[in-house]
Amino acid sequence: MNDAFDSSFPSRPARARRTSLSARPQPREGAILVTGICGRLGQLLARSLHRDDQVVGIDRRDFWSKPKDVVHHRIDLRRKKTQDIFRSTPLRAVVHLGVLHDPRASDREHHSWNIVAFQKLLDFVAQYEIPKLIVLSSANVYGPQPDNPQFLSEDAPLLGAQSFRGIRDLVELDMLAQSFFWRHPHTETVILRPCHILGRVRNAASNYLRLERPITLLGFDPMVQFIHERDVIAAIRLALEPGHRGIFNLRGPGELPLSKVFRVLGRRQLPLPRWMAGVALERLWRYHLMSFPAPELDHIRYVCMVDDRRAREVLGFKPSYGLEATLRAVDSDL
Amino acid sequence: MPRGFEADINEADAAQRWRDFSTYMSRWGDRFIQHVESLLGEELQSKIVRLGRQVNEIGIDPFGFDPQSARYLLALAALMHRRYFRTEVQGISGLPQGRVMLVANHSGQVPIDGMLLGASLILDAEPPRLPRSMVEKWSAQLPFVSMLFARSGQVVGSPENARRLLENDETLLVFPEGARGIAKPFERRYQLEPFGNGFMRLALATHTPIVPVAIIGGEEQYPSIANLGGLAKLLRMPSFPIIPQLFFGMWMPLPTRYRIHFGEAITFQGDPDDEDAVIEEKVWVVRSTIQGMLHRGLQERRSIFF
Repeated sequence: MNDAFDSSFPSRPARARRTSLSARPQPREGAILVTGICGRLGQLLARSLHRDDQVVGIDRRDFWSKPKDVVHHRIDLRRKKTQDIFRSTPLRAVVHLGVLHDPRASDREHHSWNIVAFQKLLDFVAQYEIPKLIVLSSANVYGPQPDNPQFLSEDAPLLGAQSFRGIRDLVELDMLAQSFFWRHPHTETVILRPCHILGRVRNAASNYLRLERPITLLGFDPMVQFIHERDVIAAIRLALEPGHRGIFNLRGPGELPLSKVFRVLGRRQLPLPRWMAGVALERLWRYHLMSFPAPELDHIRYVCMVDDRRAREVLGFKPSYGLEATLRAVDSDL
Repeated sequence: MPRGFEADINEADAAQRWRDFSTYMSRWGDRFIQHVESLLGEELQSKIVRLGRQVNEIGIDPFGFDPQSARYLLALAALMHRRYFRTEVQGISGLPQGRVMLVANHSGQVPIDGMLLGASLILDAEPPRLPRSMVEKWSAQLPFVSMLFARSGQVVGSPENARRLLENDETLLVFPEGARGIAKPFERRYQLEPFGNGFMRLALATHTPIVPVAIIGGEEQYPSIANLGGLAKLLRMPSFPIIPQLFFGMWMPLPTRYRIHFGEAITFQGDPDDEDAVIEEKVWVVRSTIQGMLHRGLQERRSIFF
């Protein structure tokens, strides 16, 4: 399956309809639509793009300290107004960062946000023939399993939801993007699956590493991979270049055991037997004292690491932050 | 909420105690290695250095091998290898350079044979090689064991892992009998269980020479009289052997003398995606070679313990 994702489709003849001025080697006309622009990654992406490109963002949150030339529509992606943006703005690419992963949110909210809204977005991309779609999925869709190979390639099965129902819709979102890839060959669809993203972002991995006394499982010390948030932005920028399509795993500067992570960060871990950690976490989670649901313990028990050979060879992606710099990014001041 | 001054002191105190404790432990570990080195009269640390691993800036290789912690394990393994089991190694100088797959018989309820084979590759082979054995997937679920295996460079046995290691020209240890072999009861000692075909397909695909290895001495370390399959399934273990010596409090394996015979490398040619019958023929060659080496070794053996 994976081989077929390589650039086997004929590349589209340079969008003749809207590119009458296409004498330039790389047409930069058309804006880039970023969903979820007010998240940490969205803001970083907007800042990195807005000097070269016109950036349009959709998010229902506020965009503090927004660059002046970024257009921010403070609407819900599911609103009708989303279509107006597609209708009125000529778009070069859509970058979908607006993925909800809040284990506290209800299943209904997850579904309506990650699946229904995304499906709508895909419809618009197809209808208005946007040449590029980038979806930021995650390596967690593969899921940590005891029998995982050390490095998962892009064609590994997506088993993430097998033991943790909370990310079922993230797997479904990835699958939706994959089927869109096949159904609409005129849009260059790129699915990025980065390993744990670290930085000032508020995701589970960064939050976990920020804990004073992180819980670990006694006797388990899996190898983990991390990637700096700015490296993810760099990968998105590479994926925006015309001609790239397919699924790309993103691996950071290297892999190391969890215990070494805490040694680098100077944290003291609190090792608990697995059954105890499971029970404790479930209680803490139920009484809203902890933001990690118990099934996520598998992430600090089994390996879930990716092979980024494709990203290196096809995208030319190379992380610019070293291992230590990437880890220390979680402690950088807000 | 700002924390109190006292809390800060307590925290710093605890952190200091933890640092002291880990320094103490590592000092104790280093002393242990020095003792073993002087007892055996050979250099262990330099062997690890000579393995020449590609490590990242933290000092770990991508599969989790950590030279710093592997030193302690090597010292322990060397002690077992040289003093407790007094392993005799034959034919190790004939190992081909570059990628190689060592195919061995598996026995003894606990994979001590793997440990000793690994120890002989580091201590007796010239240049020393890092053994990469394909361990049972079940072990990834075990606390401490999973950690121990990963830090010493052992890898969960999946075809993707094996292929990746061979492409990096590593030394792979394969026990094609798997859990069936190690859990054999005593009455079926030194009778090889059926081999899987996976290792042969992999060797064909990666053009890897196969070295058959016969390990003698493992079957008598923990003689088992029965294997309770039903109970094992209930406990989600690969096997549940009944080992009489454990009832008498003899937790250590019996100090049998191990003999490890390395055969000559065989390079097979053919299509890795051939039919099972064709692959099985090639597997049979390896299996009968090992069986022959076992028979010969058993005939030559005068005593189990000496």
